[in-house]
Amino acid sequence: MIVLEHFLVVAAMLFCLGLLAVVTRRNAITVLMGVELILNAANLNLVAFSRYSDTQINGQVFAVFVIVLAAAEAAVALAIVLNIYRNYQMVNVDRMDSLSG
Amino acid sequence: MSLDIILIILIPLLPLLAFVIQGFFGRRLPRGGDWVSLIGIGLALILSLRLFAQAITAYDPLWQIPLESFVWLDLNVTRISVGLLVDNITVIMLVVVTLVSSLVHLYSTGYMHGDPRYSRFFGFLGIFSFSMLGLVLVDNFLLLYVFWELVGLSSYLLIGFWYEKNSAAAACKKAFLVNRVGDLGFFVGIMIVFWHLGAFDYDSVYEGVANGTLSGGWLTAAGLCLFCGAIGKSAQFPLHVWLPDAMEGPTPVSALIHAATMVAAGVYMVTRMFPILTPDALVVISYIGAITAILGATIAVAQNDIKRVLAYSTISQLGYMIMGLGVGAYVAGFFHLMTHAAFKACLFLGSGSVIHAMHHVYHHSDKDPQDMRNMGGLKLKMPLTFLTFLLATVALSGVPFTSGFLSKDAILAGALGYGVFADPKHFLIPLLGFAAAGLTAFYMFRLIFMTFYGEPDEKKVVEEAHESPRVMTVPLVVLAALSLWIFYAWNPLGGEGWFHHLVQVPEKGLLKVNAHHAQPIGVSVGAEVLASGGEHDPAHQAHYPAMVLSLIVAGLGIFIAYKKYYNRRAEMIAQENGWLENSVLYRALYNKWYFDEFYEATFIRAILVGRMALNWFDSRVVDGIVNFAATFTRGISYVEGLFDTYVVDGLVNGVASVIVRSGASLRRIQTGRLQTYIVLVMAGILVLMLIRMI
Repeated sequence: MIVLEHFLVVAAMLFCLGLLAVVTRRNAITVLMGVELILNAANLNLVAFSRYSDTQINGQVFAVFVIVLAAAEAAVALAIVLNIYRNYQMVNVDRMDSLSG
Repeated sequence: MSLDIILIILIPLLPLLAFVIQGFFGRRLPRGGDWVSLIGIGLALILSLRLFAQAITAYDPLWQIPLESFVWLDLNVTRISVGLLVDNITVIMLVVVTLVSSLVHLYSTGYMHGDPRYSRFFGFLGIFSFSMLGLVLVDNFLLLYVFWELVGLSSYLLIGFWYEKNSAAAACKKAFLVNRVGDLGFFVGIMIVFWHLGAFDYDSVYEGVANGTLSGGWLTAAGLCLFCGAIGKSAQFPLHVWLPDAMEGPTPVSALIHAATMVAAGVYMVTRMFPILTPDALVVISYIGAITAILGATIAVAQNDIKRVLAYSTISQLGYMIMGLGVGAYVAGFFHLMTHAAFKACLFLGSGSVIHAMHHVYHHSDKDPQDMRNMGGLKLKMPLTFLTFLLATVALSGVPFTSGFLSKDAILAGALGYGVFADPKHFLIPLLGFAAAGLTAFYMFRLIFMTFYGEPDEKKVVEEAHESPRVMTVPLVVLAALSLWIFYAWNPLGGEGWFHHLVQVPEKGLLKVNAHHAQPIGVSVGAEVLASGGEHDPAHQAHYPAMVLSLIVAGLGIFIAYKKYYNRRAEMIAQENGWLENSVLYRALYNKWYFDEFYEATFIRAILVGRMALNWFDSRVVDGIVNFAATFTRGISYVEGLFDTYVVDGLVNGVASVIVRSGASLRRIQTGRLQTYIVLVMAGILVLMLIRMI
């Protein structure tokens, strides 16, 4: 019998993997991929909570919105990465530290 | 403003205008602009005569042109108003001043001809005329004081006109400083009056005195302090020393200022304040007048400088006027001012004419052209000068048929009435008065005989001397004519003419009939006498004795002068009088009773010593305090500087460096890498969650 906890554990693992990618990867594209993982972990949670409660399909609708937002976010973020590449000829997040104090 | 007022104000303003024009454009005008001044003063004379005609037509002792005064200063507690006063006395003074001034202006066009500062001289005459006319026109003590000082200033300028001469520069300083002494008293007197009455104008002062607001000792003090001004300006003992030295100025100036008008300002002022003088003050005034009269007359006897004789004569005559006012012969004193102005101006202008001629004679010699011993026999060479001079001398000596007889006789009668018939303990006053009258006749005829008669030591005096030009002789003739009795009264032996009708003792102040305190009037014998005008008054009793006595002393003086000096040559006089000139008395007279030496040894010495003491005080004590204060301040500042550098600046710098260092260590947190931030955010969330769980 598959219960809510299974979904939550999978989502938590997914989130951790995504966070790991965001924090440790040097390539900006990989970082964006980590962000996608985190967003999808959240989506999984939303759908799971919706399925195991009597809130009809609110969670699913929310997940759809997040997917749309993620698409938009990916478009903007990729454009920024492209511009960074144009300026610096690299996409290494470690060296993007011009805001350092 | 009606035409009347404008015409009155124009009288002093016209000479002022002439002064301004002379000051700015004088040198560029044709003839040095003397015609500007002449027109100015001439118009002033005409306007004054117009007022005089009004006064004569009115023929009323109380005649006065009603003029409104305006508030000059409003102090809430008191208002100081200023205005003009035109009554009989003013009008008479206006005519005297403008007439003598016009004649002196005319005379100066001849006398000052060719002087490098010709137009400046006329400018100075203009400002003097302005001040003098203002002085007689104002209706309050404050403005009187202002014009009083202006007159003193113009006197200073004119005495020092030839300032290249050291003696002239010293004389003008002396005149100014000596006058200051008197003016100080005058100012104190005005302040006493103002303190008690809160007003400056004559009418309020009379009123305040009449109703007893100001009375007793303070009133006497006020009167005497005010009189101090007259002592200075009218050259009374003991401040008479400046007047003889003032003869350093050009002779027309001596005639205008130091004989006829300015020195009469003191007498005019005493006339104005006569109603507020207490009997005590009057006694002091009459003694000062009598002492001055005899002092001037005795010194004049021994002088050889023609102008100095006249200067001491002026002092003596001013003493007469003051004495006359002091003994209560109010009208006579003021009358003498007027008659004296005419004949003394004539004498001075005549002496100027003589000096003018002698300058010509002794042009290339070192002989003094003013020394009478160098003159003689000018009678035929300068007939007009001689005749006018003789007439004025006769008037000054008090011979009948002259104006001098009328006025001098009245003063002597007043003195006799006061000192013999009314109050015998003051017998000294008439005694000194008559002695001075005899001496006056003596020294004046001595002057005449030495100058115009006999033979001079040097023949060329008679040969080269010549009569002065017409502009100089015309004023002489006019003034000499005014020395005749006919202009003042029909009766040559003491009749009372228009003057005695127009000028009468004002029933104001202490002399007010129903005054608050009637008592002092009874004591003030002379004043009461003239106020009541009764048959049995002492002045009336004294009239004939005084006339006889004055004729006797005058005749005696003329006779002695005739015996000693008529047709004598200077060396003969010197031989005959050799024993006399070595006597102690003569030396004392020749040296003016050693007044200058006395002042030199006392006041001036005292001032010099005091100056040294003050100098020591200044350089040691005052400078010491100042220098100590400076050093002390410097020390304090040094300490304060240290505190500022190390404590205040240290605090500020310390705060700044702490901030800099903490900022430097904190900035390391901001790496600029997003991943670090995310780690930290996650760590924060974990911590928060842990706290939540616990």
